[in-house]
Amino acid sequence: MNFWNDPLHFLAEQLTAMLSRWGLPTAWITFIEFFLGAMALIVFAMVLDIGLVWVERKVVARFQDRLGPNRLGPFGLFQPVADIIKMVIKEDITPATADKFLYNLAPVLAAVAVIALWAILPLASTIYGADLNVGLLYVIAAGALGTLAVLIAGWASRNKFALLGAFRMVASLISYEIPMVIVLLVPTLLAGTMSLRGIAEAQRSIWFALLSPLACLIFLISAIAELGRAPFDLHEAESEIVAGYHIEYSGMKFGWFYAAELLHAFTFGGLLAILFFGGYTGFFGLEKLPAFIWLDNPFVQAAVFLAKAMVGYWVIMWVKYSLPRVRIDHLLAFNWKFLTPLALVVLVSTAILHRALMEAPRWQYGMALWLANLVIAWITIEILRAQARRQRRHQRAASQRQQTAQEQTV
Amino acid sequence: MTAEQGLFLCAAAFTLASAVMVVSARRLIHAALWLIAVLSGVAILYALLQASFLVVVQVVIYIGAIAVLFIFAIMLTRRQTDHDAPSRWTRRAPAFLISLLTLGALSGIVLAFPEAGRLPPPMPPDLDAVNALGAALLSPTGAAAYAGVLFHESYVLPFEVASVLLLAALVGAIYLATTERRRRES
Amino acid sequence: MRNEWLYIGVFLIVAIIVPLVPLGFAALVAPRKPNPTKRLTYECGVETVGDAWVQFKAQYYIFALVFLIFDVETVFLFPWALALNRLPMFAVTEGAVFLGILVAGLVYLWRKGLLEWQ
Repeated sequence: MNFWNDPLHFLAEQLTAMLSRWGLPTAWITFIEFFLGAMALIVFAMVLDIGLVWVERKVVARFQDRLGPNRLGPFGLFQPVADIIKMVIKEDITPATADKFLYNLAPVLAAVAVIALWAILPLASTIYGADLNVGLLYVIAAGALGTLAVLIAGWASRNKFALLGAFRMVASLISYEIPMVIVLLVPTLLAGTMSLRGIAEAQRSIWFALLSPLACLIFLISAIAELGRAPFDLHEAESEIVAGYHIEYSGMKFGWFYAAELLHAFTFGGLLAILFFGGYTGFFGLEKLPAFIWLDNPFVQAAVFLAKAMVGYWVIMWVKYSLPRVRIDHLLAFNWKFLTPLALVVLVSTAILHRALMEAPRWQYGMALWLANLVIAWITIEILRAQARRQRRHQRAASQRQQTAQEQTV
Repeated sequence: MTAEQGLFLCAAAFTLASAVMVVSARRLIHAALWLIAVLSGVAILYALLQASFLVVVQVVIYIGAIAVLFIFAIMLTRRQTDHDAPSRWTRRAPAFLISLLTLGALSGIVLAFPEAGRLPPPMPPDLDAVNALGAALLSPTGAAAYAGVLFHESYVLPFEVASVLLLAALVGAIYLATTERRRRES
Repeated sequence: MRNEWLYIGVFLIVAIIVPLVPLGFAALVAPRKPNPTKRLTYECGVETVGDAWVQFKAQYYIFALVFLIFDVETVFLFPWALALNRLPMFAVTEGAVFLGILVAGLVYLWRKGLLEWQ
């Protein structure tokens, strides 16, 4: 084992040797190692977060046919630093009637809910925080913390709009959690494990997005809803209920809500990459050829993962800046009447085919799963078109009745 | 006192203190939040027992769904300036007595187990608890031959009955909620 | 395996401290000029009318309830998904029955009109 093949374990061993030579008890050594590892990951996530502020503003500018920040530093790269400084030196205006402890707790909770995800995110096959065997449920649990943060923020602000916004956001968050959890069962099924690292490893020869494109799509939609981003951001609609649950927050506290949202979006891009696009691996068996053995190097893997996560994040931004906002009743109807049944159908069909064809040759297995998705998608589209036709017929009949009634009165 | 025992004592103390705060908080919403603290304390205890699945299920279901439901109910039915009547600690003596008796009875039952007071045996290293749970729930022969876990009781029927139970809970709760809605609208 | 949760515990402690650092720094650095108007809650620029509470809307509670039931259902499905790989086809039908019963519940809700926002 050397640094290039297994960086974290190598460093950990060096550190353990050094510290035990100094005579520290094992428990302390373990604690220090864990602490340093956690600090490294979290600092990395925070630096990434700062970079993401720049990425977000540049990308939104390009989507809107303008330049974006370009004054501070080359290509405006120091803009996030200016943003952070601005947020820190702004006055923190706390409403007089706010519930002090809860008011301060909410942004911290929102940030912790996102940072906690980085504990189990595998950046490479040997670079990860913890390889939890229930990784996917841990992701859902972190989402639950985020939901609580929203509720607490809305309540503690003592503001009608904040509370209303918080309620709507939580209703949307919990509704979209169901199709997301159902669809997360698909990679679990296909990989045979809930651990994120295990799911990534299981995609060495084929991406799950190819085996189950519908699951990937449903996950993307639910993830965007869970992030509270457009087109599902009714609670943040500046023109409607004025920033929703974080109306009363200013300065760095608002800064944490904003930073948490950006990091959350990137983390979900990363999750999309791990669950459906192979994460840090997924080279279709290419890395087994002697010429491509460097693809198994952890640093290359980490770079691959971050690139895929950035692509996922870019798709999320693309959706945000292209689609109009969805109304709350449409949002909830879409979830409970369309997305959840569809997710259940996808899950059951994948389960049946996966189990039935487990011993079949790989290409049959892959083709069957992919075709099943195609068939389900086609049937869904046909059902929707039939519904649309029926609605159009009703509308035409209603308007004709109106016309004849008007003619009679004339 | 091993580190594990120390951690257990901290977690247990946190859970108990939060439980006391739940029943003595002045505002209902604070009580709900202390309840969340209790539930996380229990999750920490599960983590100390290496029951990973239970930890995440505790957070997802109890904190993410049930506590949210409680908080919804409180926030929807209370004004924010409501200082709910501070819990009146009258009848302290009988309450205390009953609590002591319950504590005594439970401790007696727990200490009657032959393994009480001893550390749990180390888990077999290659045991994947969730897989074993799945096999126990679905296989007609139970989690047979699952890396050190060998029980031949199958829980297939309870697994299916659980869904019926959930359906019954759903229908019942919806009925209650809609009678309330119809009553308010009429 | 205990090491995993120990690591996550340490990670969470660090994760709680990290947001507090800039907030503490901001508390030291940011200007503090409170005046009564600034500290009023925001209501489109006018004085607040009435106390802050949300009109009771049963629909929120119903959504939370439905979410709870389906959440428990999906939690049961995780061990099922893992066990499928080792058990005969029979296990798939068991899961399908489990799901079917709860889909019946969803259909019931749909027909009763309880999934409408209004």
